[in-house]
Amino acid sequence: MEFKLKVWRQKDADDKGGFKDYQATKILADMSFLEMLDEVNNELVTKNEEPIAFESDCREGICGTCCQMIDGEAHGPEAATTVCQLFMRSFKDGDTIVIEPWRAKAFPIMRDLVVDRSAFDSIIAAGGFITANVGGAQDANSILIPKPDADVAMDAAQCIGCGACVAACPNASAMLFVAAKVSHLAHMPQGKPEKAKRALAMVSKMDGLGFGNCRNHYECEAACPKEISVEHIAKLNREYGSAALLSDQNPPA
Amino acid sequence: MILDPKVPPGPIEKKWEDYKFHMKLVNPANKRKYKIIVVGTGLAGSSASASLAELGYDVHTFTWQDSPRRAHSIAAQGGINAAKNYTNDGDSVHRLFYDTVKGGDFRAREANVYRLAQVSVNIIDQCVALGVPFARDYGGLLENRSFGGTQVSRTFYARGQTGQQLLLGAYQTMMRQVGLGNVKLHVRKEFLDLVLIDGKARGIIVRDLVTGQLERHEADAVIMATGGYSRVFYLSTNAMGSNVTATWRAHKRGAYFANPCYTQIHPTCIPVTGTHQSKLTLMSESLRNDGRVWVPKKAGDKRAPETIPDAERYYFLEERYPSFGNLVPRDVASRNAKDVCDKGMGVGASGLAVYLDFADAINRVGEPKIKEKYGNLFDMYFRITDENPYKTPMRIYPAIHYTMGGLWVDYNLMSNVPGLHVLGEANFSDHGANRLGASALMQGLADGYFIIPQTLGNYLAGANLPKVSTDHAAFKDAEAKQREMINKLLAVKGKRPAMEFHRELGKIMWDKCGMARTEKSLKEALEAIPKLRADFWKDVNVTGGAGTLNQNLEEAGRIADFLEFGELLVHDAWHRKESCGGHFREESATPDGEAQRDDDNFCYVAAWEWKGEGKTPELHKDVLTFENVHLTQRSYK
Repeated sequence: MEFKLKVWRQKDADDKGGFKDYQATKILADMSFLEMLDEVNNELVTKNEEPIAFESDCREGICGTCCQMIDGEAHGPEAATTVCQLFMRSFKDGDTIVIEPWRAKAFPIMRDLVVDRSAFDSIIAAGGFITANVGGAQDANSILIPKPDADVAMDAAQCIGCGACVAACPNASAMLFVAAKVSHLAHMPQGKPEKAKRALAMVSKMDGLGFGNCRNHYECEAACPKEISVEHIAKLNREYGSAALLSDQNPPA
Repeated sequence: MILDPKVPPGPIEKKWEDYKFHMKLVNPANKRKYKIIVVGTGLAGSSASASLAELGYDVHTFTWQDSPRRAHSIAAQGGINAAKNYTNDGDSVHRLFYDTVKGGDFRAREANVYRLAQVSVNIIDQCVALGVPFARDYGGLLENRSFGGTQVSRTFYARGQTGQQLLLGAYQTMMRQVGLGNVKLHVRKEFLDLVLIDGKARGIIVRDLVTGQLERHEADAVIMATGGYSRVFYLSTNAMGSNVTATWRAHKRGAYFANPCYTQIHPTCIPVTGTHQSKLTLMSESLRNDGRVWVPKKAGDKRAPETIPDAERYYFLEERYPSFGNLVPRDVASRNAKDVCDKGMGVGASGLAVYLDFADAINRVGEPKIKEKYGNLFDMYFRITDENPYKTPMRIYPAIHYTMGGLWVDYNLMSNVPGLHVLGEANFSDHGANRLGASALMQGLADGYFIIPQTLGNYLAGANLPKVSTDHAAFKDAEAKQREMINKLLAVKGKRPAMEFHRELGKIMWDKCGMARTEKSLKEALEAIPKLRADFWKDVNVTGGAGTLNQNLEEAGRIADFLEFGELLVHDAWHRKESCGGHFREESATPDGEAQRDDDNFCYVAAWEWKGEGKTPELHKDVLTFENVHLTQRSYK
């Protein structure tokens, strides 16, 4: 197979950047999208040109490192798929493919397709945890958790932190990411004591980092490689609402 | 030299408890005066960072990745063992200890393994307290399943994403400490060198992967939790960025590298399709609970698998190992798959694959039940191969997956370099020559949550640690050395991309030092690797500069280390003339083809000392004694 690639190249955060055309030749249908880019990069190095910077690690869809807009869609055309699990059989021979980085104010571009997603870590540090120091835990079976609760928590906990939800959202909102963590922990009895504090702190941090507001477009759910449902956003809204109205916790300034 | 593992005296059940009482403590008010560097943020690194910060130490944590949550622990699928005996099937701390020592083919240190089995129960408690959503039954209790190589159900799991959930638990609890200001997190900073002052580990040199700047960081102790070295084989199930650089460079500063030849080949991976392939994908071993492994009895049988009648199928694991069947340990399952493929019975286009068939299980419990247990794995298989495993058997083949070898550590998890502690897959301890399924997650968290918080205090309280400055000559020298290495890589300006050398190295390692090893193949590898290394330094092309985000440069540096380390791995495999666990020397086999140990000559940990490039490494022995589990030939028949 052969493809024409239009790839975003940008030297560093300050560079304006722009599209550059490349030809991908001798591509097999069984190659992953990233293996196709590996081939293009090898050719560039052989020609003494700088390869396209892009990130990936596990290449099995779980680490959340890879992140590319492919023909305007976060992680490309297949549902429930990260870029690394996208295979060239999903494209037609001769296609032109446009490859861009995530675009969001809170995810500044560092080089080519590499963006800075440390804002997600800051949100977790603000409240995405359960306070439980090592040493004090009781026996694991001493608190029963109804299976449906454990299952919903697990559905939410599957988030890989890739940022596709932000990239797909017209407002670059991080609501699905925040909702997934709030919902996961609020469904576990261990997470309940600090649930009000958590919802307030995480939302406040998210707002402060420059993510946009949720307007219920649901593009996040469509782009999420782990198919995390927008129902968790509803859960976040309930948690946040009751925390703001009923708890003695004040939203952080 | 005979190494002292510093195992405390007393009966094995009491060692850890007694030792904890006799260890020196650091006064709570003094803990914040100690600066601790942690390199790596997988299960071991994150859990260690969090628990040390909880105790009050000034923790500085480094990762080369963009976020600590990306560490490769995240990819572990199957589960985590713990001797909880929640299933009433006869499990106990002693049985988990026994299984691990036997499964490791009697090449692990008894006292370490016993301690691991003891704290396994606390790990599950801690993870549940942190909100890890383990699988539960309808009564709300935790579910367990059995896992390769054991006959009890002691494995806790979170769908097929146990590693992800455990890592996120550890990551979140570490990020809480980041938020509290107790852990200073440094992302996109790659460890390049260890700095020793007065013989003690007192700091590190890192490269900022965005600006290219080299940085010096001083500390009172350094903890490395930097994972394994599977990617010395190029194709493996490890992530693209997993590398040996941190442990190898610490080795070149004096830390002994132990048992590098103990590499684990996982039996159930998706087979290789072509040279373009960048990595291999594991299909969790838990699949062997319900899947049956077979090949056609007739060599070269190209019929579709569904059309081959039962009588013409060879269920080789069930027939050869009736008591364990499809659940034999990984090394045994892998070697048998290779054996039937070598005999021409392999399936698929390459002939290097066997079937893993779920038809019987689907008939027995129905497709929905199978989907609930393994849905995400089946989806992943379909996405990669374009074949539906609910309808046709999976094709699988062994691939490098985990490395049991690593930096040598004593009972305190400290290397022979005072102050340098090594945790998780990066150290050599606990798994011997073969790791049992669901034991890696257990070890990473045991080391980080429960062991290092105790033993590190003992070191700090007893060591003389005057303040050091990053202006010290040792820091300047180490930084200058790293700058020189980077400039050297950029100066070659050859014709070939670094990854081509990596791929060639991988082929040498897999062909000559893979599932089966011989005197001849290892000698060949020992000749080929230095040649390839010389070619690399003549003909590699590293584009771009030192002062920017340059992935090409990062990769080339890691490959340069693999090209040195590979030689040590092969040297270790050549020196160990016995077979044990994942290390199979064809010359040392029982009449029925199983691994034959040689306890008279090799019942020791081989810890190698770096003597300089091109020089033979020096062997130091950590002699293993077995007082609680008697040395026997492993049998799973």
